[in-house]
Amino acid sequence: MNKILFSAVSKKFVMALAGLFLLLFLPVHLGINLMLLGSDPEPFNNAAHFMATFPLVKVVEIVLILAILVHITYGLILQIQNWRSRPVRYAVRNKSETTAFSKFMIWTGGSVLIFLVIHFFNFYFIKLGIVEGDPENFYSVAHQLFGIRGYVILYWICFLLLGFHLYHSLQSAFQTLGWSNEFWKPVIQVISLIYAIIIPAGFAVIPLVIQFVK
Amino acid sequence: MKLRLKIWRQKNAEAKGAFASYDLDGVSPDMSFLEMLDLLNSRLVSESKEPVAFDHDCREGICGSCGMYINGYPHGPVPGLTTCHLSMRYFRDGETITIEPWRAKPFPVIRDLIVDRSAMDKIQVAGGFISVTAGAAPEANSNLVRKHSSDLAFDSAICIGCGACVAACKNASAMLFVSARVSQYALLPQGRPEAKERVRAMVEEMDRQGFGNCSNTGACEAQCPKQIRLFNIARLNREYYKSY
Repeated sequence: MNKILFSAVSKKFVMALAGLFLLLFLPVHLGINLMLLGSDPEPFNNAAHFMATFPLVKVVEIVLILAILVHITYGLILQIQNWRSRPVRYAVRNKSETTAFSKFMIWTGGSVLIFLVIHFFNFYFIKLGIVEGDPENFYSVAHQLFGIRGYVILYWICFLLLGFHLYHSLQSAFQTLGWSNEFWKPVIQVISLIYAIIIPAGFAVIPLVIQFVK
Repeated sequence: MKLRLKIWRQKNAEAKGAFASYDLDGVSPDMSFLEMLDLLNSRLVSESKEPVAFDHDCREGICGSCGMYINGYPHGPVPGLTTCHLSMRYFRDGETITIEPWRAKPFPVIRDLIVDRSAMDKIQVAGGFISVTAGAAPEANSNLVRKHSSDLAFDSAICIGCGACVAACKNASAMLFVSARVSQYALLPQGRPEAKERVRAMVEEMDRQGFGNCSNTGACEAQCPKQIRLFNIARLNREYYKSY
């Protein structure tokens, strides 16, 4: 059983599945966030309320948190094994042709994790009553946060790094799940690029528009 | 040509190695990289010094013995070439060339530039074969194989098991090697009956030997002297999932 669950291929499979689930969730999150652009707080607050109370969403939320935990745990296990597999480094740095984004997944992923922790403090912990804030008016909380210049800059940096992470993630997931071949690889690369630009840009443009309208 | 060579010298597996520098003149641009090392060694021997130990055999690019890490590239900076096929005309007069052994936990250094690559042999022994005696080439129309499959199988079967993929990969992963071995059988009818056992056994052995995990960077494909394609790894993954 251990061989199936923890082989080099299986660990990547689990990692890719968890990652794909997170990739599916991001457009949903972006769709809700775009409601912040309206001057009426009602739609966004209703959506936030729906996400917080609807039973099916609750189940998805548990799956989502599990996916995040599994993705991070497996990512760290794989990375530590990878570091250990070359105890003596080369004196001359490896000059093999690779995409820059693929080499720094642990670091771009780590940056996204830092942002997630901040994000959880902002919203999820308000919902749970751990930190202060009005759980019935997330619209106002978001608008206040987007009024802080330092927060917005951090937000943009994190989404830029998320974009780098996503570009390699999507094509890597297809390769890991065995869905890549000579014909599909260029198609998957284009889809990955579009996804990695549209999703982070969609999130990043919201504080900009809010500031501009103000 | 005159060159400055920085070469990793290590007496044995237990000894602590270090780089040694050698100035070598009289190198012809027509020499192969190994001939250049032969020239260095003949000079070292004439000076009663220990020659540099390096692996080599066929010098025709098919045995996979002569792997070394040259200026940051496995088999040197020219794509699609083994070290024995690497010509000195690709280097500049006066250039400093740094030569290191493959670096990976499953490839311990035996001496100087020679590493123990038996970890790859063990993967091969675990499943890289078919158990029946296939005999001579069968009559062409008795067992039809699609041209495309046959071409892909051949393209993966040309892997020489040199270890450049492991050396190039930032994770020292052997996935390209294993995927080439799995693919060459998976694509042909002769390999199908044992496909499940083969892929499981080879992946299991790969893990046991301590190779890293694939992170799909593509460095292996870029540096493979036989230009084995990354799609083989996707096929290996498919074969692995299908085996359960």
